[in-house]
Parts: sequence; C-alpha cells; structure tokens
Amino acid sequence: MKTTLTINGASYELEADSRTSLLDALRNHLGLTGSKKGCDHGQCGSCTVIADGRRINSCLTLACMMDGVEITTIEGLGEPGALSPLQDAFVRHDGYQCGYCTPGQICAATAMLDEIKAGWPSVVTDDLTASPELSEAEISERMSGNLCRCAAYPNIVDAISEVAGVNGWKEAAE
Amino acid sequence: MKPFDYARAQDVSGALDAGKIIAGGTNLLDLMKLGVETPERVVDITRLDLKRIEDHEGGLRIGALVSNSDLAVDDRVRRNYEVLSRALLSGASGQLRNMATTGGNLLQRTRCYYFQDVASPCNKREPGSGCRAKGGATRLHAILGASEHCIATHPSDMAVAMQALDASVEIEGAEGTRTVPLAEFYVLPGDRPDIETVLKPGELITAVILPAPLPGRQTYRKVRDRASYAFALVSVAGIVSVKDGVIEQAALAFGGVAPRPWRNLEVETALAGREPTRETFDAAADILLAGAEGQGGNDFKIPLLRRTFRAVLGELTQGA
Ligand SMILES: Cc1cc2nc3c(=O)[nH]c(=O)nc-3n(C[C@H](O)[C@H](O)[C@H](O)COP(=O)(O)OP(=O)(O)OC[C@H]3O[C@@H](n4cnc5c(N)ncnc54)[C@H](O)[C@@H]3O)c2cc1C
Ligand code: SF4
Ligand code: FES
Ligand code: FES
Repeated sequence: MKTTLTINGASYELEADSRTSLLDALRNHLGLTGSKKGCDHGQCGSCTVIADGRRINSCLTLACMMDGVEITTIEGLGEPGALSPLQDAFVRHDGYQCGYCTPGQICAATAMLDEIKAGWPSVVTDDLTASPELSEAEISERMSGNLCRCAAYPNIVDAISEVAGVNGWKEAAE
Repeated sequence: MKPFDYARAQDVSGALDAGKIIAGGTNLLDLMKLGVETPERVVDITRLDLKRIEDHEGGLRIGALVSNSDLAVDDRVRRNYEVLSRALLSGASGQLRNMATTGGNLLQRTRCYYFQDVASPCNKREPGSGCRAKGGATRLHAILGASEHCIATHPSDMAVAMQALDASVEIEGAEGTRTVPLAEFYVLPGDRPDIETVLKPGELITAVILPAPLPGRQTYRKVRDRASYAFALVSVAGIVSVKDGVIEQAALAFGGVAPRPWRNLEVETALAGREPTRETFDAAADILLAGAEGQGGNDFKIPLLRRTFRAVLGELTQGA
C-alpha cells in the first residue's frame, strides 16, 4: 500500500506491505538508518522518533498510520558541524559507549525537555499541581524508556542536565 | 506477522463490526508480532473525534483516544484525580504513554509469559489447551480471583485507579450506546479466560466517565521489580477521607494481583468509622486477603499486598 510520510521536513512516498512498522520503513525503505532496532517490542527505546512533537516508539507504529504526521528522526535534529545542543552535550559528556542506544536517547531527551517546558509532571514529582523542577531523579524517571546496554547512564544524565540547566549540575557548580 | 488488510475508520459507525481495532497499537502490534493476535482486517480509529476530555456532571468524560500522557497531565486530573494521574505516570514509558490510549489501555492483554508464547498451551489464547503457567513461572500471576483454568493478571495501572474512582465505560454498538460501570466491565476467567470483558465483538469503547471526585487524599503506590518502566507486582490505588480522627470513607483498588483491577467493598466497610490504626488496617487486610492463594512463584504477593495496603492507608490518614 501507498503512504505519504513527512520526515525531517521532506516528503516521501512509501510503497510497502501494511505490516511495515515505521521503524522498518525508515531503516529498510527510506535509508534513514539512524533510528535503531533493539527489541522491536517497545521495551528498549532505541527506535524513538518524534511525531508531531511527541516521542514515540517507531517499532510499535505502523508506517501506514502516519500520513500527515510530522516525523523527526535523529537525522533531522542535527548533523556533523551543526549538532543540536543535546547531540553536542552527548559527545562532550561521553554519553555512550557503543552508541547503539544514542539516537533513541537523544530523540527521547529532545522531546522530554519540551514536556518539561509544557509543565508535565512525572511520577516522582511531589506536587502534581506545581510546575516540575528538573533534577537528576526527574531526568532518570523521564528517560526510563531508553535502556543503555553499556550503562552509560551517569554521563547521559549529565549531558541532559547540562542542556536543561539543572541546578547544581556538577561542572556548572565548579 | 500474519498479513492483514488495513482500513481507516472515518466515523464511529464506520468502526463498528469493521475488524480488529487499532488505536495506539502498543499492545496490538506487539501481540501481532508474536503471532498471538492474527487479525485479518485492522481498523485504524486514530482519526476519530474521541480525543477530548470534557467536564461531565461534576466529573469528566474522557474520550477513548485521549492518550495516557494527555490524561495524566490534564490540569483537572492532576488537581481532582491525583490517583489517576499518578497511576498513568507510573505506567510504561514516556514514549509509550504518548501512543497508548484510554480505550486501548483498558483492553490491553495480560503479560503472562505463556500467553505471549504461542508454543505454550494457554486457555486464554486457545481455550481448552491448558494452562502452562500453573506449575510454571508465576511471578506476575494472580493471588485473587483466578480460576483453575487461568491465573493471569490484568496489567493496567490506569484501570486500577479508575476502579477506585467508580469510573464507567461508554460503549457504542450496532444497537446504540450503553454505559457499563468498570466494576462490571471486566469478567473473571472462570472456565472461559479468553472472555475478559462484557464488550461484544464489533463494539467500540467511546469514552470513560469519571464521577465527581471523592473527598479526601488520593495516592497510587506501585511496587515492581525496578523503579520505573516495569509492570506492577502489586499496586494500591487509594482515596481516603478522615474526619474527627476516624476514617470517613475509603475507596481502594488493587493491581497486579487479580485478573481484573480488584476491588472489595467489604474492605472499605471495615475501614469506615474506625480509627486509622495498625489494627484497623490489618483487620481490613484480613478481609482483602481472605481468599488469597499463591501459586509458588507469587506467594510473596500475599504479604507484599498486606504491607503495601497498610503503607498506603498510613500515608493517606497520617496527620489527617
Ligand atoms: C514495554 C511496555 C511496558 C508497559 N508498561 C506498562 C505499565 O507499567 N503499566 C501499564 O498499565 N501498561 C503498560 N504497558 C501497556 C500499555 O499501557 C498498553 O499497551 C496501552 O495502554 C494500550 O493502548 P493502545 O492504545 O496502544 O492499544 P492498542 O494496542 O491499539 O489496542 C489494545 C487492544 O484494545 C483494542 N482497542 C483499542 N481501542 C479500542 C476502542 N476504543 N474500542 C474497542 N477496542 C479498542 C484493540 O483492538 C486491542 O485489542 C506497557 C507496554 C509496553 C510495550
Ligand atoms: S495463566 Fe492464563 S494466560 Fe497464562 S498460560 Fe495460563 S491460561 Fe494462559
Ligand atoms: S526497538 Fe522499539 S523499543 Fe526497542
Ligand atoms: S551506548 Fe551502548 S547501548 Fe547505550
């Protein structure tokens, strides 16, 4: 079946079986291999992309359901020489080892910071009616949908904390 | 995954009797990849106008396609239905909550390992084939409400909070609209564990209705194998009001322990009019756990449910 997808501002005509996930469409049909397949079951976050401003797991989404939706993948966030603030911070903080989970981490963190701006609480927020204050505990909870097999978590949290301007972020305080 | 025809519903009537409904897809696609669900025709309802949260008779009417994120962060829900907001925020991940819908969350299937493994006998997947969980790995399984044919739990956090809140489900079918209290929506497994709700084939959930909020404090406590992104081993949704040093009213529901979000009104009656003491809590827990039965791998849930129950009641009544 035919679907028109909008990815990183460009329009693509996809001709694929109805079974094709958005992740497989990106990787196997459109050559956008930045998004990674870890589990294919919503359990790891490595396939995270941003759809109409919201982070989603592209492995549990059918490509044919996504016409008219603005999709942003890691390729659309920045590129060598023009990295997004989070991409740049992940590099400087060594927020990875093998790098396999990184595109998903950065897409998830990008949309997560917008959730904070919109005032979304998390389950570790004490007062649900107040605007949440970002802390390392908040970042860990909000990023729990992205597993890192290399366990680069401390540096991932540092990279995100820096971009988010979390109070008391270690080096900023020095 | 088995091939299927894809269609998109343009309106509610177009979604009735049209095929297997897909909303967020986070449970259906997962199970289709595993070969557990094998629909011939999939009907996409995501473009239907069921995404609104409206004020309704002092409470709220939540459209079936409202995402778990949008519901959790709605100002009215955060203010008046904290138990629901917290239950939603404790579920799955940020990504999944953006995709998951209110209707889909109610109808998500069990996480029983054997249900998900098509090589195992499972009465829920294939009635009459047996239950591989009995005598197998039962860490996720039920201590209340199970039958000899199925000991699976319902995995939703959202539905547990909604059960405590006396929600009802609005259903659209060929014969019109009906509203079913959540307490009557889920059916126990008995000898037909494949039948999980009173929803008839071809019907559509259009909304969940919340009555006006109850007085008192609310919370949702979820105990699990890791701090986040894991299903509940045991959870407690509670709304409790205290007046003049005695419990006035308690509404409590329990997750991770039964084939449906569990509620037992006798437990609430045993708390009403009593002082919030450990003895009161234990006497009520005795009623809750009277029929509880472990399967080996989940025996720990019996003391864990008692302790979590006590902790939640302690938190909700302390200093009140
Ligand atoms: C890794 C992982 C972790 C998770 N952790 C948690 C957790 O901790 N707590 C928790 O509660 N949940 C958890 N979930 C489950 C998640 O909440 C559900 O998958 C989600 O809520 C299902 O909603 P959906 O819209 O995606 O449903 P879909 O997958 O689209 O549909 C699910 C079922 O509902 C039917 N359906 C959907 N909408 C309607 C409707 N309006 N009318 C009639 N039928 C309908 C479909 O036909 C299908 O049978 C987790 C899921 C994953 C993958
Ligand atoms: S517990 Fe229920 S779902 Fe699990 S194997 Fe037994 S019959 Fe199937
Ligand atoms: S590949 Fe999508 S969550 Fe793991
Ligand atoms: S850097 Fe290797 S999985 Fe995260």
